Order: sequence, then C-alpha cells, then structure tokens
Amino acid sequence: MADDSRSGFTRRDLVRGALVGAVAATAGAKTPAEADRGIGPGAVPITLQINGQTHRLTAEPRVVLADALRDRLGLTGTKVVCGRGACGACTVLVDGNPVCSCLLLAAEVQGRKITTIEALASDGRMKPIQEAFVAADALQCGFCTSGMVMSCKALLDRTPKPTRDEIRHAVSGNLCRCGTYPHVFDAVERAAGIRTAEGRAHPPDGTPVFQTLAASRTFTSDQRVDAGVAEALDLEEA
Amino acid sequence: MPAVGQNVLRKEGRGKVTGAAKYVDDLSFPGMLYGSTIRSTIPCGRIRSTRPEFDPSEWVVAGVPDIPGKNVIALIEDDQPCLADGRVRHVAEPILLLAHADREALAGAKVAVDYEPETPVYDPAASPRVFKEILIEKGDLGKGFSRAARVVEGEYRTGHQEQLYIECNGVIAVPENGGITVYGSLQCPYYVHKALVVLLGLPPERVRVVQTETGGGFGGKEEYPSMLAGHASILALKAGRPVKMVYDRVEDMLATTKRHPSIVRHRTGVASDGRIVAMDIDVLMDGGAYLTLSPVVLSRGVLHATGPYRCDDVRVHGRVVMTNTPPNGAFRGFGAPQTLFAAEVHMERISEALEMDPVRLRELNLFRPGDTTATGQVLGADCSAAEVLREAVARTGFDARRQALSGTNAGIGLSLFFHGSGFTGGGEVRLASRASLALTPTGARILVGSTEIGQGTRTIHAQIVADALGIPYENVEVSDADTACVPDSGPTVASRTCMVVGKILQNCALEMKARLGSLSPARYLELHGPLVVTREYEKPAELEWSDETYRGDAYGAYGWGCNVAEVERDPDTFEIRPVRLTAVCEIGKAIHPTLAAGQIEGGTAQGIGYAILEEVVFRDGAMANAQMTNYVVPTTLDTPPIDVVILESAYPHGPHGAKGIGEMPIDGPAPAIVNAIRHMGVDLRQIPATPERVMEASCVSP
Ligand code: FES
Ligand code: FES
Repeated sequence: MADDSRSGFTRRDLVRGALVGAVAATAGAKTPAEADRGIGPGAVPITLQINGQTHRLTAEPRVVLADALRDRLGLTGTKVVCGRGACGACTVLVDGNPVCSCLLLAAEVQGRKITTIEALASDGRMKPIQEAFVAADALQCGFCTSGMVMSCKALLDRTPKPTRDEIRHAVSGNLCRCGTYPHVFDAVERAAGIRTAEGRAHPPDGTPVFQTLAASRTFTSDQRVDAGVAEALDLEEA
Repeated sequence: MPAVGQNVLRKEGRGKVTGAAKYVDDLSFPGMLYGSTIRSTIPCGRIRSTRPEFDPSEWVVAGVPDIPGKNVIALIEDDQPCLADGRVRHVAEPILLLAHADREALAGAKVAVDYEPETPVYDPAASPRVFKEILIEKGDLGKGFSRAARVVEGEYRTGHQEQLYIECNGVIAVPENGGITVYGSLQCPYYVHKALVVLLGLPPERVRVVQTETGGGFGGKEEYPSMLAGHASILALKAGRPVKMVYDRVEDMLATTKRHPSIVRHRTGVASDGRIVAMDIDVLMDGGAYLTLSPVVLSRGVLHATGPYRCDDVRVHGRVVMTNTPPNGAFRGFGAPQTLFAAEVHMERISEALEMDPVRLRELNLFRPGDTTATGQVLGADCSAAEVLREAVARTGFDARRQALSGTNAGIGLSLFFHGSGFTGGGEVRLASRASLALTPTGARILVGSTEIGQGTRTIHAQIVADALGIPYENVEVSDADTACVPDSGPTVASRTCMVVGKILQNCALEMKARLGSLSPARYLELHGPLVVTREYEKPAELEWSDETYRGDAYGAYGWGCNVAEVERDPDTFEIRPVRLTAVCEIGKAIHPTLAAGQIEGGTAQGIGYAILEEVVFRDGAMANAQMTNYVVPTTLDTPPIDVVILESAYPHGPHGAKGIGEMPIDGPAPAIVNAIRHMGVDLRQIPATPERVMEASCVSP
C-alpha cells in the first residue's frame, strides 16, 4: 500500500521490517537497506526468558514481542492477525497473565516469565486444555487457536473451576471467525473436570441429545439453551 | 466400529493446538524476498505515468511488460487484468509490484502515480454495464396475480460483508524446475493453477500449487489467491528468487473480495386464505469492477429468491452489474443469504399485512415433497421444510414466547430457508471432478484437491473412506492438496466437499475393497505392487438442467433450515442484542456430529454479524473501515447461546445420505433477527441492523 496515503506506515510494518534484516541475513541476502534504517534508536541487546529458557538477541527497542518470537526465535506458533490488539491471536503469557504480544515491546518484557504455545506440549505430551480442545473440537481453521488456548490456560491457572460466564469473558478478546466459541466453552469445562466427554452428549439432566424422530435423528448442542427453553415454557405455563 | 456418525478426532487437531501447524507466513525459503503491491488510489481513470521514488537498482520492480503470458486472471471471463492495463477501475487495483529483502524498506517505498481521473459509478441502479442477467419463469404471472386477493410489495437491502478469515491472504512463489511453485493460503489449488498457466504462459506441468495450512476462507480464498499468486510469481520469476507476499489486515480488507450487496424487490399475490398465488421478484447485485464470480453468485441468488415456498406463477429476474469498487466475490452462502433475507422478511410483511400468524402462513406455503420449485424441479422425499419449521417452533415454544414478548423491548422472529448443495445445474458435470485413493501397507491415503480450511475436509473424507474399506479411521491418511500429486476434485466451495467429493471417494474405496478381495493391504502390495484407484463424478441419472432456459434440477439436493431468534433492543442506544438463537438444520446425514454442529454454530455466528454488526463503509470507492478495530465481528460477548438441532433425511446420492452443510447456516440468522425486530413494531427492511438504522426505523414506526 505504498502509494496509499490512508494506510501509510503501520507500526507493525515498522517493527516487522526491522526484523527482516535478521531473516534475510540468515538467507545470505544482506542489503544496504538494512545498514541504517534511521527509524528510532538502533539495536540493543535484549534478554528474554521464554518457556524456561534464556534467549539473547539484538533488536531495536521498537521490536514487539510477537515479531521477536516469530521472526527471531522461530516460535511461529504465536500468530499475528491485526497487529493492533483487536483479536487476541497473538496472546502469550507474561508472568502468567494473558497479553497481546503484538502490543508489547520485546525490550519491555526482559526479566519477565514469558510462556508461548510451544511450551505447553514441549515434552511431547499435550496439556489437559489442549487435549480438551482436540476432544471437543474447539478449533476449525486453527489460526486463532494458539491465542485461544493461552487465554484458556491462564483462566484455568487462576480459576480451576470457572463458570460459563467467566469463560465467556476470559476469551472475549480472542476473535474466532470460524465461530468455535461454544466448543471452546465445552473444552474449558472438560479440562476443568466440570463436564466429561460424555457430558456434552448426555447432559446431567439426562436429556438425550441423539433422538430418533420418525425419519430423522436429532442432535443438539448447547444445554444452556435448554434452561432458556425451560424458562420460556415456564412463562407459557405462568 | 464405523467411523461415520462418530465424533472421531480431527486429523490435524494436534498440530493446531500445539502451534506446530505451518501456515504460509510461518514458512521461509533461502534467499527469499518480500513482495508488495502498488495500488490505485482512485476509483476510475487512466494511468499517465508511474515513477518510483527510490533508487530502483536495489529493487525488483515488475509491471505489465514483465508478465510472460496473458495479463488476465483466468476464471469465468478474462476481463480482470492481473496488473492494471493503463486504466484503473477501482480503488486498490494493482498497478506495480515491488520486491525487496527488507520488509520495512518495502513498506516505505513510494511510487508516484499520475492519473487522469474519470467519473466513477457507485450506484448499481445507474450502472452502464450488466455482467449477467438471468430470468426464471414458471407458469403465467398475469394469471397468478388475477387470482390474488392482496398484493404485497417491498424492497429489501443488504450490504457488503467482509469474510475476515483470521489469517490474511498470503503466498510464497518459488521459481524452480523451469517453472513456478506456489505455496499459499487458499481454497482452490486448481483455480490458481489454471490462472497461473495463462498468466505465466507456462505448460501446466511447470506450475505447481501447494495449499499450506489455511486460517479460514469462507469463500474469500476462492478466487483472490489466483491474483496474489500471480503477483508473487511474476516477481519471483523476474528476481529468480522466492518471493513471499502476505497481506496485512488493512490491505486485505481494502483490496480483496466481499459479499455482493443487494437490492431485492418482491411483488407477491396472496389469496384470501393466505396461499401465495404469484411471485414477481427482481434481484440487483453489485458486482464491483470486474466480472470475476458474479454470474454464479447471481445464479445461486436467483435460484433461492422465492424462499422455500411453492407457487405456480413465478418470475425471478436477476442482474449483477459493474460499479467502480473492488470486485465482490464468494462468501459463504454465495448470493443466497441476500435473496433469502429478502424472501423471509417479505414473508413476515405478508403475515403482517394479512394479520396472519407467521408460522401458519409459512406452513400453508412451504415446499413439501413432490412440489416443484421455480425452475420446475420436483422435490424429493428428503424435502424437510415442514419438519424443520415444526421442530423449531416446538423447541422454542414460539407461539407462547411471541405472546409473552409482545409490546416489550424484546422480540422473537423466525426464518425458514433452504440451500442447494454442490454446483448449480450442469456445473458438476462440467467440473468432472476426480478423486483418488492409494493403498498403503496399513490402509489408504486420500488424494483429493479439496482443501481443509477448518471445516473438517480431511476428517470427514477419512471417515467415509474408512467405513467403505472397513478399516479403522486412524489408518486412513490424507495427502496435502498439492497439484503435483492430487487430482482436480473441483473447488472447495458450494457445500460440495462432503456430498460430491465424499461420494467419489466412497466409490474409490468400494472399488479398492473389491480389488483387495480377501487380501490385506500389505499382502496386496507385496503381491501386486502399488494400487491407486481414481474415480470421477457420476451424475445421478434423473438430474436434468438447462443453462439456456434455467429449467430443471438446479441442485442435486437441498438442505433445509429454520432459525428462531430472540433479541432485545436497548431503549437508549437502540443496540440489538441477540438473546438466543435456535438453528434447526436438516442436512441428510451428520458424518461427524460435532463438526457439523461446529459448521452450524460458525455459520450462525457469521450470520449474526451480517445481521447486526458488520457494516462495510465505502467512501469514494474505498472501504473506509478496513481494520479489525472498526469492522466489528462477533466475539463471545456478542454471540448468544446457539441451540443446534440437526435433523437427518437421507439424500440417496450423498455418502451415507449426506447433503451439503457449510453454507446453509448463514442464510437464516439475518432474516430471523430482523423479523424479531419487526416483532417489536419496527419496520426494518435492511441489514446490518445497526443502532442508527434501528433508531431511525423505531422513530418512524408506529
Ligand atoms: S495480532 Fe495481536 S491482538 Fe491481533
Ligand atoms: S478456528 Fe478459525 S478463527 Fe478460530
């Protein structure tokens, strides 16, 4: 969009560009353009504690954490979607709190404990929340999933038995265009031991979800709605 | 245990929850450059000159003369250039391409473009160019109207909608083997392949397209990747190095396709008992600057324009026209959400005019098995309009709820809809899709050009194959969608991946099983060597269709749906808040109930966004809110509980009776929500139902 004055130079372009030098350098493609960008202060040494390991890199202070992770350290599990804090795809944990890594400068989080999606199954075994995501099919295209899983993990670390409303709010900053929200709620409740795998198929109230009608079978999803329907029926009786 | 009907684990689930799945921007190649696009800033005019404001010696700069083949994006008609041919017809039209090793330098590169502006057309009603016109006629409209006791007329409008797949469009083009290989986030590898062969003037075997893990498409990656792959390939061939082009969100929203806006007019004759006796429907869609997929979007639009209602005397006239805005294209539903919105809100207005219960009116007119559609298609035993309506009304206690909410700041409304599965008319015959199955020592590997974009292609295909071969689901592998090794299974669109491609795969598996006889796969390979079975689409004998007259069997099968929406209106801000949404869908067979429910929930959420939140604001021919901060899609807080009910009534030619499911769920929410708003006495006929529109309508409504 170089010719488009409306979009101009975004912060993400700025910081992304700063990192490309490193990528291109590894590819043996250093260009004069990398030498001195003349935008903001020059590169400084940065030390980051990521997933229990110390990483040292040299980067301009304007480099955001998301780009440091993806472009410098090859931790591409963290995704960047909007680059301006609107979608939550880039969520990582800093000292256990979920944050948008596209909004944090890498230099700001030195000395803090950073956890990315790659840490969760680093020993080859998925964490319960990941198992639950797979079991409940709480993902479709998967592009929001890293961020979604990190937000859910932070919630469960803080609140082992969250209510439906607490879950709803905990992931309200994670946009999922595929619309997996109901399955995400299900996954968190499974990971928290609130529901079992069968819980979804056979809600506690015993309502069968598979129901054979004359020529068709019925499958229903959100048992919370049943409460709503009950309420409606109550109203009808009232 | 059979896999079909079970909630087996999604094939790529682990990769996606651990961050290991590789999307295009996660990949890098040695010596790779980054590409960018210089785009038009005016909607219409001639280009006098372009002048880079940097020292071009460090750069790869490519324009029209660098295109080795024909400067078009080959799709339906060759009217869209890959790079502007001296004229621009919309804002953000590509003019020049740049590549550089440094993304930052790229973002800062300026090119001065000198234009001779011309007057743009934005109003579709005033467009000088009709891309496609379709007329469907049944019976005698004049005779129909002569039997009418009442005539109800109305005009309904829908806006653009942005797909907003969470991963932006992106590709990497790698020059190799005297040709080009493109890795990308895309839905239809063979569409890209076809376009590149023409654009690059290469023999087909020198062009290879590989789908990388794809972060959503919803139609938005059906056609545009051909353009983007073209750009990256031109640069890569000129540079002799790999070139990565990944759009940022602003560029993706400004430049790529959206849902066609529509203006639909209905004039309906109704007999005194509520039976519909004449339907005269006019559909106008805004195609944007180039034809792209507009004729087929219009086709699906007009074929669904009557709604699921029977009528002997019908005329549907549709046009899709040019305006000087970026081309509109495929988005889940593909023309049907627009015309079904109009049909269902109009139905509500008929019930208001007749002071007749909306459920009763629909019951009286809905399609039943044996009825004929506007094109003369006789509906089979799997026509379930009555069943989905009955289930939705019973499940929500609709009548009682409607009474209870009357006169409050809340309302309840419903919509009844249907959606044709697969390509329109003779489309599937022309596609002649193929699928292959290769024997492995433990089972089989699926080779299809169908892509996994989140909807579960890999999983459901493996379930179908596993059951046909009688082997465990885990023993079925799925190959990447790579044109070097998979056949052309047709595009991954039109709710056809399960019903059409799944059926071809089932046939492959049955043939393979017959060939194996009593031998195990390992033993067969030992004795006879490799075995690959390839089958082609077989048209069910009874399907007949004419593109000339628009008569016949428009679709092999239809899914049926009914939504009930309950909403509240904020008395101060006029915001509409959906409280709950019930989605009853009849889909033939749920191959994977959880995935099917996920499709319904996801489509419904997008439909809720379409109904109340998602407004594309155009200013001077450009999207003015091209960011995720001010183009708003539903979060968990905007999405009400969605009660999904799946009904099954088998389609004889679908695998296990399955019909399409991906698109239908987005058809229902907008009319159901607007009808719920109408229940509050607000005369709204347009979406999105933004607070401004609801306030305006609330103030003029009695
Ligand atoms: S990429 Fe960080 S919030 Fe969207
Ligand atoms: S799974 Fe696709 S955006 Fe969430």
